[in-house]
Amino acid sequence: MSESWGPHDVGGQEGGPVDLSEHDIAHWEWQIDAMVRLALSKGLISDFAELRDGIERLTPEDYENFTYYERWAKSLAYTLVSRGIISEAALAEKARVIRDRQQAEAAS
Amino acid sequence: MTGHDHSRTFQADHPEPTSDAARIGLALRELLIEAGHYTVDEEQVVIAAMQGASPENGAKIVARAWIDPAYRERLLRNGGKALEEAGFDIAPYEFTVMENTGDIHNVIVCTLCSCYPRSLLGMSPAWYKSKSYRSRVVREPRKVLAEFGVKLNEDVDVRVHDSTAELRYMVLPQRPAGTDGWSEEKLASLVTRDSLIGTQRDLRVRCRS
Repeated sequence: MSESWGPHDVGGQEGGPVDLSEHDIAHWEWQIDAMVRLALSKGLISDFAELRDGIERLTPEDYENFTYYERWAKSLAYTLVSRGIISEAALAEKARVIRDRQQAEAAS
Repeated sequence: MTGHDHSRTFQADHPEPTSDAARIGLALRELLIEAGHYTVDEEQVVIAAMQGASPENGAKIVARAWIDPAYRERLLRNGGKALEEAGFDIAPYEFTVMENTGDIHNVIVCTLCSCYPRSLLGMSPAWYKSKSYRSRVVREPRKVLAEFGVKLNEDVDVRVHDSTAELRYMVLPQRPAGTDGWSEEKLASLVTRDSLIGTQRDLRVRCRS
């Protein structure tokens, strides 16, 4: 088999049985999905290829471990930070605020 | 043999994301909204539109192609144009419809990511996005199809179509026997999501009680 282009290039590899179970899309996943679509329609990213490019830059470990919408989230974050639309520091701070908020909600 | 039983395993919803990666996504969302790049109202509209798309859309196209040979011709020749004619906007993608016959079975995949004709099929199932489906269906399609309950005779040619960001596929399943004279609407009700992906071959004609 020829060399793989990256962790996303899985066509033709071996693997286990397909897990046929259905799953609902969680609300936060819809929000990520909508965010990517809106980023596209508002011109923050130019096309879906750009989203894929960000996904293909993930480390093999992250690619393997992230769920589908986690990959989308990290990809869009990468692109918008590298464009200067969002600052990395603001993003980290906001993620911390959300984690604190979630912990407070879980504790209450 | 028909499709597998979806009622068997329905994974529970998980409302609160607990991973760092998911929180980065939510943080990004809040920052974009705060900066005025989009509004919560716009987000609602987009989510509602996505939730509104379902395999019923693809099923309508299939039923129309079964009933109207001229439409079937146009659909197979230029999928995008024929879909536009039926009121679906699938731009900016190219769209190709692959027809199943007695000798040919088609199945779609996106090995590189998980491209999927969402406007016609709704959200993709988790397995479509899974590594095992994406890697194996191009390598051993008969074996993967068997896991979905599709048993193909040796003389049936299996064709696997790998989607890209620019080119989407849908399968045109075979019209089941015993449906002569059925209305378009009733025919459409037979068409399942998996038959449009190709992980189901035979459509079940339900008996009326």
